[in-house]
Amino acid sequence: MTPEILIGSITLFVLAIFLGFELITKVPSMLHTPLMSGANAISGISVVGALFGANVAFDGGNTAISGILAFVAIVLAMINVVGGFAVTNRMLKMIAGKKRRA
Amino acid sequence: MDVSWITAGYLISAALFIFGLKKLGHPRTAPKGNQYGMMGMAVAVITTVAQMQLGDDGIISWTLIIAGILTGSLIGYIMAARVEMTGMPEMVALFNGFGGAASALVALSESWTYIYEGRAPPTGLDLPVIVVAAGLSALVGWMTLTGSLLAMYKLKGGVKIFGKWIKTPTWGPAWLNPIKGILFFSVIGLIYLSINDITNTNYLWAIIAISCILGLVLVLPIGGADMPVVVSLLNSLSGIAAAFTGFIIGNSVLIIAGSLVGASGLILTFIMCKAMNRTLGDVLFKSFGGSQKQDLTRTKVGVDAEEVAMMAEGAQKIIIVPGYGMAVSQCQHQVKEFADLMTSKYETEIKYAIHPVAGRMPGHMNVLLAEANVPYEQLTEMDEINPEFANCDMAIVIGANDTTNPAARGDTGPLAGMPIIDVDKARTVVIIKRSLSVGYAGVDNDLFYEDKTMMLFGDGKAMMADLNTAIKEL
Repeated sequence: MTPEILIGSITLFVLAIFLGFELITKVPSMLHTPLMSGANAISGISVVGALFGANVAFDGGNTAISGILAFVAIVLAMINVVGGFAVTNRMLKMIAGKKRRA
Repeated sequence: MDVSWITAGYLISAALFIFGLKKLGHPRTAPKGNQYGMMGMAVAVITTVAQMQLGDDGIISWTLIIAGILTGSLIGYIMAARVEMTGMPEMVALFNGFGGAASALVALSESWTYIYEGRAPPTGLDLPVIVVAAGLSALVGWMTLTGSLLAMYKLKGGVKIFGKWIKTPTWGPAWLNPIKGILFFSVIGLIYLSINDITNTNYLWAIIAISCILGLVLVLPIGGADMPVVVSLLNSLSGIAAAFTGFIIGNSVLIIAGSLVGASGLILTFIMCKAMNRTLGDVLFKSFGGSQKQDLTRTKVGVDAEEVAMMAEGAQKIIIVPGYGMAVSQCQHQVKEFADLMTSKYETEIKYAIHPVAGRMPGHMNVLLAEANVPYEQLTEMDEINPEFANCDMAIVIGANDTTNPAARGDTGPLAGMPIIDVDKARTVVIIKRSLSVGYAGVDNDLFYEDKTMMLFGDGKAMMADLNTAIKEL
């Protein structure tokens, strides 16, 4: 990692934080839980990091421990992602869906 | 084609997350926002796999990758499909813990390759960046896991061990606060020390252990009504953990998506605090009520369902105020039945008053009532419904206490300044509650002792069912 790449990453980090602060302004209380759960599903993005770690030779019980750890990370992150989006979808169907049909 | 073009996929993915979060904040666009989030995630995963396949090493083995994605997706989907609407808050907390753990495990996996698997440790600028990022990712990630698990059991109210129900404790003496600080700074210190000794596993395990304890002591003193705020804060932290993980592997989408979730999660946490008239500092470091509960000195004679039915006969307008008691007793269907009975028999106008923090999660009541097919238009938010109590014949409070307590209008006491639902302005007030006991804030409620208040003591479901029978027999 060169200093340019590091400073670029820090720039992304800081700008994204500012953007995140601006993104959410007034949210009606009934949407608080779905918003939290949807954002929570997005934080499962660490699956990307886990995928890189799991790219090791598979050799049954002798597989590199780092690969196994990354595998567990993929499973947990995917539960977070799929479960999170599915739960959000169910909640939104109940809350927002009713309004449209009425 | 140069492989680095593939990473433009991360830009698309990040843009989809931004649109998704934006749209999730408005009722009309929220379902679309959720779809954008899903698309963003799919694009990110596909981009990653393509980047690995076309990279220098290619995909070495698909086994762990495919198995991991399939297993996780299947478990997540089944859990989400099976969970009851009332169990939603716990589920969100649990998923959140998994997200934090995933980030921490990626950091651990990366460290493992240097320590045991002979990969050359980072040198030059990489060394401090990677060690600090891995340390922070571990700190926040493990803390999120243990904190979220404890939060989940607190939302459930307890845990069943060998068939015995053990209540989740809430315990937080003031001296616990400096301990939290000491734990936090000792992790920071350990991260700093490990920069010069990257292969020393003692640092690694100490950081993990202390972070796990920190998560527990942070959530332990926080009680029921503040739980949503803490879950939201933990959600924000799991995003930050993902962003730190992005620094370890130098991946832009992790940094962007992680810090987006971290920042927007923090704003949502503040919005939720504001609805309860609390500050984040109070939630985290001052135990709410709890310890000094007011002793009850007054009594009130309860009424039975028949008396309430007689009072309700011919009412023109009834406002129902649901609270946590409705969620606990699962009586939303009986409530809907009551509303239908009144409407068909007396053409009563029925409305529901929703306090922003009623229940265990914001929107908890909306979800429960929607499950019972209550029309959306009848659910009214606090500010909108409050002026209507003056011309309402009866207000029925089901298992709510603090959110209706007139003491909140005063300047003193734990409730001071909290916005409340003005049920005391209604002509008659019916309160369905197990006893006169104080609510979460530990403050006695004057409303219970007013002449126009009828206390219907008992379980929400049983009482609503009795009330419905009584109304049918009128």
